[in-house]
Amino acid sequence: MIDLSSNYLGMKLKNPVVVSASPLQKHLDNIRRMEDAGAAAIVMHSLFEEQIELESRELNRSLDEGTESFAESLHYLPDLERYNLGPESYLEHLADAKRTVAIPIMGSLNGVSPGGWTRYARMIEQAGADAIELNTYYVPTDPDVTGATIEQMYFDLVAQVRASVRIPLAVKLSPMFSSLPNVAKQFDRSGADALVLFNRFYQPDFDLEALDIVQTLELSHSYELLPRLNWIAILFGRIHADLAVTGGVHTGTDAVKCMMAGARAAMVTSALLERGIGHISSILDGARKWMEEHEYSSVTEMQGCMARRSVIDPAAFERANYMKVLSSYTFKSR
Amino acid sequence: MNHLPAPVQDEIQRKKLRLFLIDADSVAQSAGMGRRINTIMQTCFFALSGVLPRGQAIAAIKHAIQRNYSRRGEAVVQMNFAAVDSALAHLHEVKIPEEAGSGIPMRPPVPASAPDFVQKVTARMLAGEGDLLPVSALPVDGTFPSGTSRWEKRNIALSIPVWDEELCIQCGKCVLVCPHSVIRAKIYDPEKLDGAPAQFKSATPRWKEFERLRYTLQVAPEDCTGCSLCVEVCPVKSKSEVKHRAINMEPQAPLRQQETANWDFFLGLPEANPEELHLGHVKDVQLLEPLFEFSGACAGCGETPYIKLLTQLFGDRAVIANATGCSSIYGGNLPTTPYTVNKEGYGPAWSNSLFEDNAEFGLGIRLALDKQEEYARALLKRLGGEVGDVLTRELLDAGQSREAEIRDQRERVKLLKTKLAAIEAPEARDLLALADALVKKIVWIVGGDGWAYDIGYGGLDHVLASGANVKILVLDTEVYSNTGGQRSKATPRAAVARFAFGGKSTPKKDLALMAMSYGNVYVARIAMGGSDTQTVKAFVEAEAFPGPSLLLAFSHCIAHGYDLMHGMEQQKAAVQSGYWPLFRYDPQLVQRGLNPLQLDSRPPSMPLEQYMRNETRFTLLNHSQPEKAQELLELARSDVDQRWKLYESLAQIHVARDAKVAEPVQVGKEEKP
Repeated sequence: MIDLSSNYLGMKLKNPVVVSASPLQKHLDNIRRMEDAGAAAIVMHSLFEEQIELESRELNRSLDEGTESFAESLHYLPDLERYNLGPESYLEHLADAKRTVAIPIMGSLNGVSPGGWTRYARMIEQAGADAIELNTYYVPTDPDVTGATIEQMYFDLVAQVRASVRIPLAVKLSPMFSSLPNVAKQFDRSGADALVLFNRFYQPDFDLEALDIVQTLELSHSYELLPRLNWIAILFGRIHADLAVTGGVHTGTDAVKCMMAGARAAMVTSALLERGIGHISSILDGARKWMEEHEYSSVTEMQGCMARRSVIDPAAFERANYMKVLSSYTFKSR
Repeated sequence: MNHLPAPVQDEIQRKKLRLFLIDADSVAQSAGMGRRINTIMQTCFFALSGVLPRGQAIAAIKHAIQRNYSRRGEAVVQMNFAAVDSALAHLHEVKIPEEAGSGIPMRPPVPASAPDFVQKVTARMLAGEGDLLPVSALPVDGTFPSGTSRWEKRNIALSIPVWDEELCIQCGKCVLVCPHSVIRAKIYDPEKLDGAPAQFKSATPRWKEFERLRYTLQVAPEDCTGCSLCVEVCPVKSKSEVKHRAINMEPQAPLRQQETANWDFFLGLPEANPEELHLGHVKDVQLLEPLFEFSGACAGCGETPYIKLLTQLFGDRAVIANATGCSSIYGGNLPTTPYTVNKEGYGPAWSNSLFEDNAEFGLGIRLALDKQEEYARALLKRLGGEVGDVLTRELLDAGQSREAEIRDQRERVKLLKTKLAAIEAPEARDLLALADALVKKIVWIVGGDGWAYDIGYGGLDHVLASGANVKILVLDTEVYSNTGGQRSKATPRAAVARFAFGGKSTPKKDLALMAMSYGNVYVARIAMGGSDTQTVKAFVEAEAFPGPSLLLAFSHCIAHGYDLMHGMEQQKAAVQSGYWPLFRYDPQLVQRGLNPLQLDSRPPSMPLEQYMRNETRFTLLNHSQPEKAQELLELARSDVDQRWKLYESLAQIHVARDAKVAEPVQVGKEEKP
């Protein structure tokens, strides 16, 4: 009997496949189906502080437009008693999800203000989440702001949230750091219990006909797994925080690769959006089959086996691999 | 203090007033409150008035903010708190000098060039002295002169559109959409530019036949409301800076003087001759003089562009019966009237009637005009010998379907009047009084959905059934706008409105389909933002149809809950999602063996929710009752699908050539040879 269990964020997961934050989690039915298909844990869709504020301001603007400026009608839209604009509906939904399934449920939070991060993190904890994943996504546009300033902002933020909640805390990172190992170490020191590599960004495209900016939503592919494997392998054993992969996990062998690089969890979303929630069981079956064929008895046994830890000079190892790849490359057409 | 007019300065000194200033717009903008300054001004009032001790007053304001806005979210509460604090920080006292003498005179309510009535009556009302007018100053029969809104310079826009003559393709979309007729275009001889202000812009016209002339797009800076619809509808973007269009908003204050001079010069340029234009083309319609201008409608109004278009195409011969509602308020509210006349003195005659009888009111006007014409023709026949056989025959037989024919008939009537003045017979006096009835008049019956779908529906139906030659324009905002957004039978399923707090549970009444069922009514569903070409075409066809015509014009509205600068994009989305299909139903096509129903929009290509999520009237329910919102959305989706299928099948029915009545056959099973 193969033991698929993995320890992540101090919880014993029945297997390493965790559903990462996606719009699918907005429906309880989907959450139930995720558990049925074998997911070990679920990260809820993100609570966006900025979105709450924007929605609130937008509604206010629409309700106020033209009001109290004409004697015959002081208002044009009814002002209702309740708008569910704050985080309440998110929190209620999280609590419902928690009641619906037995597997761990993690909240996901995307804040903008220091006060917002800690306030909402506490609310997520009180709603019954087993852990929180902080979705740090800040796009710097000011040329005078240095990378160090931004990094420090992240570390302070994690430390503040850490100090305000008791449940485990994961931090989902962007790959855009000059020295990721150093950043990882500092997050570790700031109190992150896990690092999730990497956030995927919705990158706006140009519509050349309309000369307009259009939002695109590209689902991930297995090849996106590669930089994640690489960085997990580099970080494995060098920091205390658990590591998890998100982005590019589509098959059982993808999950196996994550484990071998040193991840405790392999997170999936795009694969489910593409092939349905039931695909979780195919990933698990794939991983189990590979392990059987290769005589691995447990996930913990393979975790980190391909990590760079065993290499004396990982940087030299990297360079050597790079040269090997370059010299072996031939044009496909020849 | 030295920028104030001398009489104001004197008053301040005489009463020993203290003067405080606040740039409330800037404070509102930086607090994230947009153009809304009520919180700021209220704070200033309580801070200065001493009604309550200052600290207590501010605490009470904040308490009220918390109570009123907390359900809209903490961000809104904080934004208002910040506005209160910022208002106090930006409230400055102006030092009153001992001797003030700016020498600046008060700007008169209207310029000296205004007509006598405007000087004596309108100006007093504009100055807030209407109560001081003697009854004898007012028109005896209540008929007020039109063309008075042009004298009321409101200067309410913070920013106004500025034309980039090099980038502009002269499509005319900005002119068409402008709700207040403040953007206009003219084509004129280059020599007319003599004496133009230095900043006056012109370009080579992009019309083959007018290439030797000049083209100018001019904005009325003091009448613009700053709604930005024109900028949003502009299809041109600069190649080097896509944010820059052929028309762009810029602060009004620095431009006011220069653009006022340009506007005055522009007004002096000759108007286009409609006979030289293609009236079915938006590009040409921009050159027609609007006879509806500077109304008091909301900035960005979705109704007024249709009315303006009506007056551009037929204003010189239109008689408008207007139902109570927004269009009666901005259409004829004292002190000024937006309906106006062209340089020959022709313009719409307008009157308002009640919600419940406006269609009949219009029908009555039609019958009266017909009767007058009938009597005038009879008198003319009797007086033919004295008037002259040729003139009489021409007057009686004149076609009046084209601009030139109507112009010729007017000339004949003028001639007739001079001849009649010299004829002694009493019948000549009668004909003199009725001679104008020999020129074509079009009766337009105008109103909103509250009138057409609800309160005035019985009358509307009666008028449609009468077969009378009246033109009906329904400005469909899908809600009683003027009284504050109450549900009407035009309100769509799933929209929140007053009397439908939980979302309207029944679908919108299909007034177009009901009118089509008569088979002798021209019907069109139009949305300017969906297709301006179809809109113009429908107006022209409706006018030409020899019977009742019904135009249902989708009008974006403040009660829909979004920034109206996006009104045209939303109308486009309404059409693309199938929410508002475009079509024209012309009964005359049956005689030519064609299906009378022509669909002018494509099958729905955008999810309905994509259209709905931009409007607060729909999203309110998502916030208040998400499950009910979902349930109603599904029903609304099915409404859209079913209606489209129905229209599509009706449009595919085969009609036999020379058929008197359409013969329905099963769709897809037409007879084959």
